[in-house]
Amino acid sequence: MGRQNYKWKSAVNLAYREVRHKLGRFLLTCVGLSLLLGVVLSMIGIYRGLVDDALTILRVPKIDIWVVEAGTLGPFAEASRIPGDTREAIARLSGITAAGAVTYQTVEANHAGRKLRLYAIGYEVGRPGGPEQVSAGRLIVRSHYEIIADEQTGMNLGDRIKLGRRSFTVVGLTKHHVASGGDPAIYMSLRDSQVLQFELAPPAARREIARGAAVLSLDTVNAVVARADPKVDTEAVADTIRRWKHLGAMTQQEQERVLTGSVVDRARKQIGLFTAILLTVSTVIIALIIYTMTMDKLRGIATLKLIGAPDSRIIGLILQQAVAMGVIGFVFGAALVTLVHGHFPRRVLLLPQDVGLIGLIVLFVCIAASSLGVRVALKVDPANALGG
Amino acid sequence: MLLEGKPVAAAPSSKQPLVQVEKISKHFGEGATRVDALREVSISVYPKEVVALLGPSGSGKTTLLNAIGCIMEPSSGHLTLDGDLVYDNRWLKSDLRRLRLDKIGFIFQTNNLLPFLDCTDNVALVLELAGWEGVKARSRAIELLDYLEVGHRKHALPAKLSGGEAQRVAIARALANRPSIILADEPTAALDSRRAGIVMDLLRKLAIEQNAAIIAVTHDDKIFNRFDRIFELRDGMLEADRKLKAKAN
Repeated sequence: MGRQNYKWKSAVNLAYREVRHKLGRFLLTCVGLSLLLGVVLSMIGIYRGLVDDALTILRVPKIDIWVVEAGTLGPFAEASRIPGDTREAIARLSGITAAGAVTYQTVEANHAGRKLRLYAIGYEVGRPGGPEQVSAGRLIVRSHYEIIADEQTGMNLGDRIKLGRRSFTVVGLTKHHVASGGDPAIYMSLRDSQVLQFELAPPAARREIARGAAVLSLDTVNAVVARADPKVDTEAVADTIRRWKHLGAMTQQEQERVLTGSVVDRARKQIGLFTAILLTVSTVIIALIIYTMTMDKLRGIATLKLIGAPDSRIIGLILQQAVAMGVIGFVFGAALVTLVHGHFPRRVLLLPQDVGLIGLIVLFVCIAASSLGVRVALKVDPANALGG
Repeated sequence: MLLEGKPVAAAPSSKQPLVQVEKISKHFGEGATRVDALREVSISVYPKEVVALLGPSGSGKTTLLNAIGCIMEPSSGHLTLDGDLVYDNRWLKSDLRRLRLDKIGFIFQTNNLLPFLDCTDNVALVLELAGWEGVKARSRAIELLDYLEVGHRKHALPAKLSGGEAQRVAIARALANRPSIILADEPTAALDSRRAGIVMDLLRKLAIEQNAAIIAVTHDDKIFNRFDRIFELRDGMLEADRKLKAKAN
């Protein structure tokens, strides 16, 4: 057979031409797919946001050791109550450079005509436990009635909010200080938070006095946080604290493990499962779309085979369309999430590595999904092009 | 010359058939369900000949066309195309594909143009598949379209063409790689008698200019007198091989 040895240079890209021919239908399909992939990205972003928010609260005070009630995992995983004067004992330990008492509680308040659920963190002003800087305004400098609120609360500098029986003024704002449950954080002085958490309402207090009960001390905290000398082994200091039977101690790493391992773990599993289901649904949808598109052009494929098109050209036609659909859907989806993530009730944190990973998965899914269409196309008999 | 023979292939002698079918049989199924679609059919078609395959539905016309077109292997018999003995166990699927690309042009009952390519690209695609560089392929495609008097529609999509125009573009595609054999399946079925006559005259002209053999399956009695010979099939057997004096336009 006389073969012609012309230089191969393809000018007719069949996949591109067919897409261009049915552009509206193709783009509409891509938009549908992008919404689906947008949801996948949102789910991952929500999980990342959830973990990051939870860890931000934990990392902001720059703590090395968490001192909690013995036998508990600390204030984020379960209830922990220790006397407020524990701080003095911890501060005096060798290797500790600073210590502060903290409280954590969830409160509900009304602000600007809407209900707010807030994660109130009480700390000793000037001691570890609170934020070191704010995104707007200033840190708390007075002992009472000042708060620092996260921007997600919707409050502005100078706003007043009633918590318990007292009113507080917002003096500073933070960004992304949110509890693992999604409630935005507010910071207040330890004394205010103790009153908010432990002080009885006047009728209840009067009743307690009338029945001769001991007057409750307000000086109770949920944890004492401490910074250790960098030259000292933090684990050894924590071990020293653990020897006191009424206290437990966790290093910062342990506390983060508790938070991500148990508190956030269920959310991770839920979101992970949901993401897997969505990706599976996406795969099925892409496969069905590619299959339908292939079925639509069986006669064309038969003609291509009859006039001598190699299988690789036909596989290329289907594969390129599948990949194009996935890539366009993914880019649209990512752009959509980037545009609207600020309107989500929870923070959506899109990390480049997550976006890249999902992009690769989508690419793989498209290639896998196109195999059904490719299989059908390869089975097409070129003889089908003949006849009416 | 636009439609001269392939530069790499020697011009076949008119004494040597371009298509030689020797005792080709094809059956489907086995035992009680066995159907003999072709029974020891032998035909020869020479360069510049335009022949017709006639016969009632189920007589084996399309099966024979498929066998000659290298898209269906016969159960027994020999097929020689332009000097190459086909189906002798040395041919891979890819070789048959290449043979189709290099030596056979197909014209269909409906034009079978790819709806998403314009006329030029429908024709140029065959050339690209044969290894032509894109610009040269498009240039040759436009020349062919001009020759077949549809050059003014070169940028039109098939859906915008009339039946006659679409069939002429399909003929241009079939001729693009200068095939020595053209197989046509009911090429005039979708055309009125005037356009059918024009297409047949065109095919005859091409056969002469390109030294090609043209085999057409047809039921169209209006164009019987345009063929050099008519092979009539019945129940898978060659019933008649009639020579006609073709009426060239």
